[in-house]
Amino acid sequence: MDVALVKPATERATRELFAAARDRLPGSGPVSEARQAAFDDFARRGLPYRRIEEWKYTDLRTLLREIAPLAAAPDQAALASAAKAVTAYVAGDAYKLVLVDGVFAPQLSDQTPETGVEVRALRDILENNDVAARADLLTTTAASDTMISLNTAMATDGIVIDVAENAKLTRPLHIVHIATQSSTAAFTRSLLRLANGAQATLVESFVAAEGAAAYQAHDSVVLWIGDDAGLQHVRLVEDARDAANISTAIVTVGAKATFNSLNLTSGAAVSRYQGFIKFSGEGSHADVNGVNLLNGRQHGDTTLVLDHAVPHCSSNEVFRAVLDDQAHSVFQGKIIVRPDAQKTDGRMMTRALLLSDGAEADNKPELEIFADDVSCGHGATIGALDESLLFYLRARGLSEKEAQALLIQAFVGEAIESVADDGLRDVVIGAAERWLAARG
Amino acid sequence: MPLLEVKDLQVRVEEREILHGLSLTVNKGEVHAIMGPNGSGKSTLSHVIAGKPGYEVTGGQILFKGEDLLEMEPDERAAKGVFLAFQYPVEIPGVATMTFLRTALNAQRKARGESEYSTPNFLKKVREVAASLNIPQDMLRRGINVGFSGGEKKRNEVLQMALFEPSLCILDEMDSGLDIDALRVAADGVNALRSPDRAMVVITHYQRLLNYIVPDVVHVMSKGRVVKSGNKDLALELEASGYAQFEEA
Repeated sequence: MDVALVKPATERATRELFAAARDRLPGSGPVSEARQAAFDDFARRGLPYRRIEEWKYTDLRTLLREIAPLAAAPDQAALASAAKAVTAYVAGDAYKLVLVDGVFAPQLSDQTPETGVEVRALRDILENNDVAARADLLTTTAASDTMISLNTAMATDGIVIDVAENAKLTRPLHIVHIATQSSTAAFTRSLLRLANGAQATLVESFVAAEGAAAYQAHDSVVLWIGDDAGLQHVRLVEDARDAANISTAIVTVGAKATFNSLNLTSGAAVSRYQGFIKFSGEGSHADVNGVNLLNGRQHGDTTLVLDHAVPHCSSNEVFRAVLDDQAHSVFQGKIIVRPDAQKTDGRMMTRALLLSDGAEADNKPELEIFADDVSCGHGATIGALDESLLFYLRARGLSEKEAQALLIQAFVGEAIESVADDGLRDVVIGAAERWLAARG
Repeated sequence: MPLLEVKDLQVRVEEREILHGLSLTVNKGEVHAIMGPNGSGKSTLSHVIAGKPGYEVTGGQILFKGEDLLEMEPDERAAKGVFLAFQYPVEIPGVATMTFLRTALNAQRKARGESEYSTPNFLKKVREVAASLNIPQDMLRRGINVGFSGGEKKRNEVLQMALFEPSLCILDEMDSGLDIDALRVAADGVNALRSPDRAMVVITHYQRLLNYIVPDVVHVMSKGRVVKSGNKDLALELEASGYAQFEEA
């Protein structure tokens, strides 16, 4: 069958999108070739849809329909409105790195990082450094996925962070994605490399400046965690309610290392967070948690692949969804245990709380186990708020909304409590509270 | 005006009538005991007064300080001064007891148009009350009733009663699941809260509890009605003769 006959109109539109964006995409030579190859892959396959197994519950041809045109580089007005969003959403002592409409904004970012940290803009590296050596910034993606291909082709900028051997950072690194324009798309690619023995915290926020609507945020982040290193990773997706957020994290965990991750999605009309986490060294542990807080007609998808490629690693996934109105939450969790990966311990527990009859939760656990001496388990529950608990709280003076809010916080608490640092946990709880407050 | 007036109350649960015209009047400062066999409707009465969903009131009235209680949401009733000490206090993991107490107290104060407690004042008050009930501080940091023994759960109910200072306390089978020492501690806590401005309704199957919380009035319930009322001696009489004489009624 001729594929072109099936989707000629969309493919043409997509090719025009790339052609129109080309001059604004940094990098030449091998970088440019990598972009073209990635784009061809995307154009050939198109937006993922329900017949692609990994996207079965999140059909982007229906939900997204098309890729919006590339956002213009931010002007002074955009930067001013982004500055307000930074004030509203960034708390604490984090080292801020701000991307406005997909472009690094040094004037909104902190200037001097801690000793042992090198921070650069992806665009600068692609344009100015040894281009041949830097092409891998766009091509080192361990996973094959159309949306990663699109991101590779279109990434305008991002943050590249290197943390030196044994450096123990005291302040979180906070990448803030701010959309200021409506009906456009931003594409970002960031990288964080933790050298052996390093410890760091990375926070990523996705927010809208006032008035930004119906935009698309396409992001991917590549995280390398060296041997004996530890990364605490927190993502907060608080995009505008009519926006889309399609994000990927590609994580490689070295030996005797720890990766502790939490994604909280409360914003965006359509969102997908896909995490591909691979153990490349023995004796490591990953906590990969997620929370979806959705109402209205929001659709939020968290898809995780934990790849136990080596023996003696453990992973634990805790996912919580709280759904009201006609919201739709998707959790797909795959645990792969490779033939050599003996003594793997992989756990996955997902629970959904439905606050309305119209809400929907889909859970798809998958275990692919090729080793014989492993311990893996998964569980899933879906339910409503317990009436007897609600009554107890109301009999003590809490209104229905207050009682619900307290029980919802308790419900998601199990996923959030893995964030060990009190201050950072408060930042996460703050995002959950904003969602609860917006419910009224 | 009586504090609580229950007039000819008829209540159904899923098509089955549980209370068939129950009347009860409680004045400020009084302690009433409601006794009766299992299934006589004692707990139903306490639930309907507190506003638990699932009960259909098909007739009668409940007035609290002259206001129609049945028109109010459970949280409005709490703010007006109705407190139900649960027979089986629920466990709520993930909600720290201290957080819950502060949220509840301030919600009630806000509903009454009073200013919210500041954190230091609140903590001071809770610590005082907890100390008087032998409730250790670490219990307050745990999830509500999580890992509490039966006695600790009941003490936690008394703690809330002391903190919220309600004008009507309904104690639903406070003695169930308690050994004699735990019962004494809980009863001492309740007795300390007796006051001319406050009334208590003690619901119990056994007379034993009334040795510790001595009532002014004793009512016997059977088949959804109060069939006999008297002074504290009625409880002793019941202990000797049992409920059988009322089952016929």
